[in-house]
Amino acid sequence: MRVTGQRLRCVRGGREVFCDLDFAVAGGEALILTGRNGAGKTTLLRLIAGLLTAAAGHIDLDGGDPELSLAEQAHYLGHRDALKPSLTVAENLDFWAAYLGNGDGATFRAGALAAVGLADLAHLPAGYLSAGQRRRLSIARLLAAPRPIWLLDEPTAALDVAAQARLSDLMRAHLAGGGAIIAATHGPLGLEGVKELRMGGAG
Amino acid sequence: MTALSALLRRDIRISLRVGGGALMGVLFFLTVVTLIPFAIGPDLALLQRIGPAILWIGALLASLLGLDRLFAADLDDGSLDLMLMGETPLELAVAAKAFAHWLTTGLPLVIASPVLGLFLNLEPGGIGAVALTLLVGTPALTFIGTIGAALAVALRRGGLLLPILVLPLAVPVLIFGVAASNAAVVGPVPFGTPFTVLCALTLMSLVLGPFAAAATFRHGLE
Repeated sequence: MRVTGQRLRCVRGGREVFCDLDFAVAGGEALILTGRNGAGKTTLLRLIAGLLTAAAGHIDLDGGDPELSLAEQAHYLGHRDALKPSLTVAENLDFWAAYLGNGDGATFRAGALAAVGLADLAHLPAGYLSAGQRRRLSIARLLAAPRPIWLLDEPTAALDVAAQARLSDLMRAHLAGGGAIIAATHGPLGLEGVKELRMGGAG
Repeated sequence: MTALSALLRRDIRISLRVGGGALMGVLFFLTVVTLIPFAIGPDLALLQRIGPAILWIGALLASLLGLDRLFAADLDDGSLDLMLMGETPLELAVAAKAFAHWLTTGLPLVIASPVLGLFLNLEPGGIGAVALTLLVGTPALTFIGTIGAALAVALRRGGLLLPILVLPLAVPVLIFGVAASNAAVVGPVPFGTPFTVLCALTLMSLVLGPFAAAATFRHGLE
């Protein structure tokens, strides 16, 4: 499996965010997007997720499930956590597992919640969670509905040190399983041997 | 199917929980219909004559309440992004959301309408006709409303834009809904004629609404 972007150009609100941008990431590899604020990291992730359209260039997926599009095989972990405050932790997770994974929602729930350390809070409404706990619940979504490509936008934001280490372990396991990760970040992710794409300024 | 039933269950749960607003529409309906007799006075014959129209206008306005949050809530918390990335066709997802919205806001209006019909001195036949036309007609109001709700989200203009967009589109439904109710009470047209047209309008909106709303999301969310 290999995701490639060639000569991508993106214009938002009449302003060119980036142009002639190339990237490639294969299964088992992680690509880290770095760069100043506004360099287009989130924009690139949303382009790959199919939530924006490129003004020029194209993104291709080799391998993977031929029945599904790139977006249907990718997880997008954005700034907004897609959690409903009135539903419990378990209900939120079950819904996304069923919707994105198209399987029985409860299958992976216990394992996913345990992996992010939220197993004790399964019956608490999500509205009572702290920012870091909401983030961890969003990360549990990646585990509850298995998809090979992870698009992570500042995944460590609001996470404490222990949770960051746990996230690193989860990402390593995902890479070891042949998955690909594209992550925008300002801090270290605790992964070894990652490729880096500097956006904006230095090119 | 799992994804769609999960979406349906989620939306019904959210609107039934605290802050979900499932009862707001019914309370608004009750308020509007109760206000009319105060405004036009205790003329029972007049109330009976315009009763079906009052109930239909009340239901139309009440079904607009909460419609602006149908997609706006999912846009604000990022759920809509993830729904676009699902394997489920967006049209079906929109239809499931609209159906859940109708179950929690439209169906209660239908159930409340016989009681409010008594307030307006309607005869049993008239009450039954209004309830039946509302049962058939309110899904059309919700599904036409999804077009407005999607446009309001895509254009980042919530609230007031929605009624302005939706009310003109709902005029045919209102006309044939009230016409069928009146036909059952006073004639001279047989009930079946306007009622069949109302059914046709509902069936059309069940198809057009989700397709139009999904097209709006595909092209409008940048």
